[in-house]
Amino acid sequence: MKNRDERLIFEKSVSGRIGYSLPKNDVPGIEIDSVFPKEMLRKAAPELPEVSEVDVIRHYTKLSQQNYGVDSGFYPLGSCTMKYNPKINEDIASMDGFAQMHPLQNPICSQGSLEILYKMDQYLSEILGMEKVTLQPAAGAQGEMTGLMIIKAYHMSRNDEKRVKIIVPDSSHGTNPASAALAGFEVVHVPSSESGCVDINALKEVLDHTVAGLMLTNPNTLGLFEEDILKISQMVHDCGGLLYYDGANMNAIMGIARPGDMGFDIAHLNLHKTFSTPHGGGGPGSGPVGVVKKLIPFIPAPVVEKEDDYYVLDYDRPLSIGKVKSFYGNFSVVLKAYCYIRIMGAKGLKEASTAAVLNANYIRKMLEDYYDIPQNRICMHEFVLSAKKQAEKGVTALDIAKNLLDRGYHPPTIYFPLIVNEAMMIEPTETENLETLDAFIDAMIDIAIRAGEDPQGLKNAPKTTYVSRLDEVKAARSPKLAWGR
Amino acid sequence: MLRSPYIPMTGEEQQKILDVVGVKSTEELFSAIPEELRLKEDLKLDEPISEYELKKQMQGLVEQNFDQSWSTCFLGAGVYDHIIPSTVKHITSRQEFYTSYTPYQPEISQGVLQATFEYQSMICELTGMDAANASLYDGAVALYEAVILASRYTNRNEVLVARSVNPEYRKVLSSGLKYSGIEIKEFGFYHKDKTDNDSDSSRTGMINQESLEELISENTAAIVVQSPNFFGIVEDIKTVAEKARNAGALSIAVCDPISLAILESPGSLGADIAVGEGQPLGLPMSFGGPLLGYFAVKKPLIRRMPGRIVGETVDSEGRRGFVLTLQAREQHIRREKATSNVCTNQALCALAASVYLSTMGKEGLKEVATQCINKSYYAYKSLVETGQVSKVFDSPFFREFVVRPEVSPQKLNEELLHDSIIGGYDLSGEYPELEGCWLVAVTEKRSMDEIDFFTGKVRNICQGGISVEE
Repeated sequence: MKNRDERLIFEKSVSGRIGYSLPKNDVPGIEIDSVFPKEMLRKAAPELPEVSEVDVIRHYTKLSQQNYGVDSGFYPLGSCTMKYNPKINEDIASMDGFAQMHPLQNPICSQGSLEILYKMDQYLSEILGMEKVTLQPAAGAQGEMTGLMIIKAYHMSRNDEKRVKIIVPDSSHGTNPASAALAGFEVVHVPSSESGCVDINALKEVLDHTVAGLMLTNPNTLGLFEEDILKISQMVHDCGGLLYYDGANMNAIMGIARPGDMGFDIAHLNLHKTFSTPHGGGGPGSGPVGVVKKLIPFIPAPVVEKEDDYYVLDYDRPLSIGKVKSFYGNFSVVLKAYCYIRIMGAKGLKEASTAAVLNANYIRKMLEDYYDIPQNRICMHEFVLSAKKQAEKGVTALDIAKNLLDRGYHPPTIYFPLIVNEAMMIEPTETENLETLDAFIDAMIDIAIRAGEDPQGLKNAPKTTYVSRLDEVKAARSPKLAWGR
Repeated sequence: MLRSPYIPMTGEEQQKILDVVGVKSTEELFSAIPEELRLKEDLKLDEPISEYELKKQMQGLVEQNFDQSWSTCFLGAGVYDHIIPSTVKHITSRQEFYTSYTPYQPEISQGVLQATFEYQSMICELTGMDAANASLYDGAVALYEAVILASRYTNRNEVLVARSVNPEYRKVLSSGLKYSGIEIKEFGFYHKDKTDNDSDSSRTGMINQESLEELISENTAAIVVQSPNFFGIVEDIKTVAEKARNAGALSIAVCDPISLAILESPGSLGADIAVGEGQPLGLPMSFGGPLLGYFAVKKPLIRRMPGRIVGETVDSEGRRGFVLTLQAREQHIRREKATSNVCTNQALCALAASVYLSTMGKEGLKEVATQCINKSYYAYKSLVETGQVSKVFDSPFFREFVVRPEVSPQKLNEELLHDSIIGGYDLSGEYPELEGCWLVAVTEKRSMDEIDFFTGKVRNICQGGISVEE
């Protein structure tokens, strides 16, 4: 186990040390006490750390060394599309001319930023096969919420108030039902069939005039393309519902097929997955939402429009669901994705999806003799294996994940989707080379072999990290959520 | 096979993989997609360009932007032009932080987990609350989540919101709550009516306590007040919190984090939930995103919080460590019964705020707040002394204030642009009762020279002098 300094930044504080450098207060000074009544002022200053600049840098540099990013190594975290984050995107997003812009400036002096938003609406609409895209949602879950509110607003505009249900497959992301509930819908789960896709008969049973819509990830979370998608969209539309596309898995089909053509009415994308923007340890992301023509009136305001050669913000949208987030979304994330699309072009995006699918199938094929793969057929950009054979010997998906840490990998997503026992969801992405895939495959095979021979030997991993397995039960039972509290 | 810097696969390797997988062509890989859905042509996107060409194009584009590196900003209204120390970008640019995912594997994520724990701790210090979450999208969304929490906690369905809460927040709240069964009722603030001659008593700009009281009922889930409010005026959170408590409702305070270096914390004043915008803590304005919603609560509400929370624990050998905790609240476990749908949040922005607060420290943050007060008061007095703008409110303010110039804010702002000045926020649109009023923000970043130049220009423009572009 590696040694580390366990102290918090607060515990490194020394009274009287400073790390800041500020301009002089060059205006005539005023007494704060004379401006504000005493009861408005703090009795005690907040206990922020008192450290020098070098202390700050060393502290956070050391913390960073206890973290693992895509640049550190292979990160086959299923459903998260941990592809490489191009460096030029970061450089462009941090240019003063973009970063130092106030959102409420007169549009006459933000034409450059507005052009990015306008073009991204066009690019993403084309990629999705939709008519228009709003860039306001800050992440996938907020995109879902936006889409569901649009569904609600659409039905209400037709005085169709009885549509209270949203259908989600049992393999869906947890955000789908959570978003539907928040948007005021009743959630109905449909089971998956033997083949891992939506069970058409089960779907038929729940479809009626109370259904507002269906949310679907395609390819689904098992990495399988829903082959009956045209039938499904027909069925949902026939009963008056709308189709929502969860774009978490769009990295499989860029330039190959489009949600709009499949019959989806609304679709979100995760720019922090498919379009190469970094995850930042859990955000900021961006979850743009595309819609078909009849739903354009309902998208969030404002919308960037072009009048002659001038970009304007159109707030005058009476049927709009309103604002889901301040201003225009996570602009700098949108900008990074714009850079990615400009460098990749149409052929590059298609190539990315093709390579992502090839890589996933390669790993699947190379591991099929060692692990149980419930749906062992051509997959899309990811696949799910089950560690149930290993679990019978006492080596669970969690143990396998922890052993991968010792071998220098970020493990796949584990225990999701919920419908597969001991699930490990593997998504290599297109940005990994063959040597990396081979080395990972070797590691997985070695673990599988050891699970058969010496299961106990795999139970104590990880051993090479800064901490060993952490007590999550203790953390939840007696929560300690802040220093000094 | 197309070659791309981000796709290492060669033609030979592609063939090898096809052979291993047992398919003849890449098309065959996609045979599960119905034939009629498979695109026959390339997507219609702009032709790809190289990294260098992209950079050139982007340089051209930013020339159409009027950014704060060469202009002087007096615009705030929820997003502020503060000084950002160099430490922030250097730390947030470390790949181990910015290219990592949500810390699902704590053993290789102690960096982001500990940093988030420290961020939560700093938010608690500032707000005087017991616990904070790992972040939400922005201040407006944090307010929305707070109202959802309050309604579920109290099992009531009305929320009383001050009109002096940032209009952007109120818009997000109203669209978010549209189908939730929670009703918003707004209460006003004291302001001098145009017809009102000179009674000073009614121009504090603070919330109208009587109109608030009229709205309180057994259906009240929460009362929302912002301090400093949208006009920069410091509110009486304590009285609001008492009113909420007496009514069995929760009080939600929207607070600016920089102001909390000097102003009494919402926690000490009795608020149950504190939320707000963390952008002033080291984040560039970025045309409005990404921002940083902070969310903090008193103890009884901890298990009701939305989003990710990091907790301290120990590893199998008793060493201190950090994990995502209280996950039973969250969507990936509770699905439709979760406290919120939030998954990805603003982790890197929270890291930026931590580095900012560590760099500024106890003393530095107070200095920033002090300078904001000094410089905004200086600008306010200087503007009023020109005789071309009049006072609107008469209460203490922080960093931002309202005045009524002789010419319309719109005209004033347009003229100021000629001198590379981004003027204040025109209140006419959102507040008809403040027609012709101008909200001006002055941070520690503004020098006395800049403020003098600004007030001089305002005087000239109001006096009808033409500002000529050189």
